Amino acid sequence: MNQRRSFFVLTAMAFGFAFLYVPILSLIVYSFNESRLVTVWAGFSTKWYVELFQNQQVLDAAKLSLKIAAINATVATILGTLAGLALARFGRFRGRATLSGMVTAPLVMPEVITGLSLLLLFVAMEQAVGWPAGRGMTTITIAHITFSMAYVTVVVQSRLATLDESLEEAAMDLGARPAKVFFLITLPIIMPAILAGWLLAFTLSWDDLVISSFVSGPGSSTLPILIFSKVRLGVSPDINALATILVLIVAIGIVTAGLYMQRQQKLRDLDVQRAIAANE
Amino acid sequence: MNAVRATAEGRRAMGLAELRAWIRAFGPWRWASGRLRGWRSSGRTAVMGVPYFWLLLFFFVPFLIVLKISLSDIRLGMPPYEALVTWADAQAVQLKVNFANYAFLWEDALYRNAYLNSLLTAGISTLLCLLVGYPMAYGIARSNPAWRNLLLLMVMLPFWTSFLLRVYAWIGILKNNGLINNLLMALGIIDEPIVMLQTNFAVYLGIVYSYLPFMVLPLYTAIEKLDLTLLEAAADLGCKPTKAFFRITVPLTQGGIIAGCMLVFIPAVGEFVIPALLGGPDSLMIGRVLWEEFFNNRDWPVASAVAIAMLLLLVIPIMIYQRAQGSQVAAHR
Repeated sequence: MNQRRSFFVLTAMAFGFAFLYVPILSLIVYSFNESRLVTVWAGFSTKWYVELFQNQQVLDAAKLSLKIAAINATVATILGTLAGLALARFGRFRGRATLSGMVTAPLVMPEVITGLSLLLLFVAMEQAVGWPAGRGMTTITIAHITFSMAYVTVVVQSRLATLDESLEEAAMDLGARPAKVFFLITLPIIMPAILAGWLLAFTLSWDDLVISSFVSGPGSSTLPILIFSKVRLGVSPDINALATILVLIVAIGIVTAGLYMQRQQKLRDLDVQRAIAANE
Repeated sequence: MNAVRATAEGRRAMGLAELRAWIRAFGPWRWASGRLRGWRSSGRTAVMGVPYFWLLLFFFVPFLIVLKISLSDIRLGMPPYEALVTWADAQAVQLKVNFANYAFLWEDALYRNAYLNSLLTAGISTLLCLLVGYPMAYGIARSNPAWRNLLLLMVMLPFWTSFLLRVYAWIGILKNNGLINNLLMALGIIDEPIVMLQTNFAVYLGIVYSYLPFMVLPLYTAIEKLDLTLLEAAADLGCKPTKAFFRITVPLTQGGIIAGCMLVFIPAVGEFVIPALLGGPDSLMIGRVLWEEFFNNRDWPVASAVAIAMLLLLVIPIMIYQRAQGSQVAAHR
């Protein structure tokens, strides 16, 4: 009986992972296809990559997306860490329920609603105070910060929730001021979570289509906006080439980060073991 | 307007000392200075205040504006809506509320069908996602601990690559001369391609595929915490594994099931990219209707009304999700 169930679970897992990865693999394979008809194989070629790197429109959009993603990730990480700290460490304060509600809502809010509401805000603000003048990089960045800081908050908050508070309390008892405790103790410990939050915010911004479409202006096409306008016209092999490059970058980034964190964890475990051994 | 001018006149008439006394006695000033003193002493208010005000300004206020515009009339020009509050004769404020946009949504069968279709599509996709995701989460949670993190990473990895491109990949797989049809025809199983792209099936597939990680992660967390001795006890007492699964495992992982389902269902209701790329002209979903109302028809008031109505539909699932999250956090402590 047990054997049969584990067989079922294994099959389901194999199917699930195949389901997740076959589409991505098919993108990669067909990016090397000679034919313009993406899914009809006509021999190996790298000409779509060459074409991609000569396309100024794509390069400009990629540059804009990178710039927005980097600024967004940095600001969202700072704001999200502050919010996570407040929610995990400040106990019950006035406005806690509102803050926690406003932080979790963007996680599940349909993007069309967030995008529409932010655009209407920007239009109303421009009418009332004259800022932001028009829509473009600034408005896209503000919109991205607003929804990606929620993700950072959740990551930081859950890390802080599993963290023993006694270290911070000990430092406090020894007379360290709250700011000093944060920078000397809390921050180094939650650094991996903050880094993960930064990467997450970066990817969310880099990927976002719907919200960007609402708050972007003429001449400020991010990469997803450009891809979407091309994809609507049907499959084209240079999109496959672009996808392959993006998948490759993400895979390298994730694997490096994973290996780095694993090494850090091992070092930390070793330290703990040494400390225990020294105590005995 | 007149009131402001009157106080300005009055202020000029007052002496400086009187002015200062007046300001000091004025409530908000005292409140603000009290706040400032509080800031200096702890810094806590700043830590919570900065993200608080950011979200208040860029998340909460926008909703009020959407609500406001959903109640106003369309007009030509920029911005393409009538002001809700107008100055009539510079004396009285005139409030012009207009529920016509909502009545329009209610009466037009297109919108009603789009709402129903969104709920149905999201519901079916969520169920399919649960059916695919539960065995995966179960398998990962029961696998060798050395493998567990790698498998979890593999579930998360597609989430880090572009959502748009992953949906795009399915076009190449599903279309008439795509991967599946080419394969089946080469094998001689079918003579004519099966139409899969631009159907509801493609939309379900796209949603399950895109949101699977959101389903697997909360399920994994719930299943991993499950006390295995309970299942052993059930087996010792003669309970069959299938029965034990439905009587013990499922109820105890209920929190994860609810959280996972809501994480898929809520965004799926408002999904735009998947129905736009994979769905046909008849698979109207509300996110797509809102998009077209806004970008193609440039009718901002109706688009706002669509958004508010969608939000009302989602209030209940969002509350269920937040309660499930709350109980999970409570169980964690």
